[in-house]
Amino acid sequence: MLHHMHEFGITENIVNIAVTKADEARASKVIQINLVVGEMSGFVPDCIQFYFDSLSKDTIAQGAMLHFQLVPTQLRCRNCSTIFQPRDTLWSCPKCRSQSIELSKGREFYIESMEVE
Amino acid sequence: MKKIEFIRNILEANEIIARRNQQLLDRHKVFAINIMSSPGAGKTSLIQQTLTRLKGRLSIAVVEGDVASTVDAEKVQSDAKAVIQINTRNMPESCSLMAAMIESALKDIPLDDIDLLLIENVGNLICPSEFILGEHKRVVISSLPEGDDKPIKYPLIFIDADAVIINKVDLLPHVDFDIDAFRHSVAGLHPETEIFELSCKTGEGVDRWCSWILAQVKSYATKQ
Repeated sequence: MLHHMHEFGITENIVNIAVTKADEARASKVIQINLVVGEMSGFVPDCIQFYFDSLSKDTIAQGAMLHFQLVPTQLRCRNCSTIFQPRDTLWSCPKCRSQSIELSKGREFYIESMEVE
Repeated sequence: MKKIEFIRNILEANEIIARRNQQLLDRHKVFAINIMSSPGAGKTSLIQQTLTRLKGRLSIAVVEGDVASTVDAEKVQSDAKAVIQINTRNMPESCSLMAAMIESALKDIPLDDIDLLLIENVGNLICPSEFILGEHKRVVISSLPEGDDKPIKYPLIFIDADAVIINKVDLLPHVDFDIDAFRHSVAGLHPETEIFELSCKTGEGVDRWCSWILAQVKSYATKQ
C-alpha cells in the first residue's frame, strides 16, 4: 500500500526544507526534525519516516530522526462557541447538541524546529 | 547540537504551484472546478451531462485524473473543447491530482478558447482534500449507494466543498439513504455549501446544477 499514498512527494518537501534550513544555519548534520501533524490530516508518520530514510540518503539529513507531535482534533460549536474534542465520529456539541461544528485544530502539517550540529 | 526554530508548512510546495495555476487561469479568464468523490460516485457521468447541457453556452475543457486508462477521457471527448488525461499510476503519487500535474496539463489546453475547466480528480475522499490545484471551486459528489454517512467519515473534504452533489437519486426507493440527515451533516460542516440532488442517469436535477455553474462563471467573468 505504501506506494499508493501521497507521502512520497510530501517527504521530498521535508528533505528539501531540512537541507535548505541546515545549510542556512551552516550546520553539517541534521539530527532531528520536529513536525506537527494534526490528527485529521491525511498523513501517516510511519510512512513519512520510511520514505525519509531513502530520500535523505547522501544529504546532510541522512539518518535524521523525525519526531511527530500529534495534535488532537479540536472542534468549536458554531451555535454556542463551546470548544470540545469529539468523542465519536458524529460531531455534535456536548453542551447544546448542535451539529454545526467548526474544526479548530487537527489539520496541522508543518515543521516546527530542527536539531542540527 | 543546536536547535533551529522555524514554522514551515510542508504543503507549501504544492500550494505555490496551485496559486500559479490560478493566476494563469485568471489571466485567461478560465473558471476551474475540482470535482472529487469516491470511485463510482459519478464524476465522469456528471461531466458528460454538464458538457451536453452547456454545449453552445460555454466552451469547456476537461482534465481527467485516473490511476490508469483513458476510458473516461474517451467518454467525454465529443462535447469538450479539449480533454487531457492524466494517469497517476506511473507517478510517485497516485491517490490524488496535485498542482504540478495540472500545471503541465494547462500547457496543452487552449486557455484563450475556453470559459470553464472541469477537473476530475482521482476517485478518493481522503487524499484530494490535502491538495489544492488552483481551482476556483471545489465540488464533492456523494451517491446514494455509498450511504449517507460520508460527511461524518470524511469530514475534511466536505469542510472545504463549495458545492456537494447527491447523485443517483433515482435509486432512492431501493437504498437506505436519509437525504435530510446527509444535508444536515454537510450543512453542519460548512453552512454555505450548495447542495444539489440529481441523477445523471435520468437527468433529474441536472439543470439546476448547470444553472449554478452558469451563474458562477458569469459572476467570475464580471470580476476579472
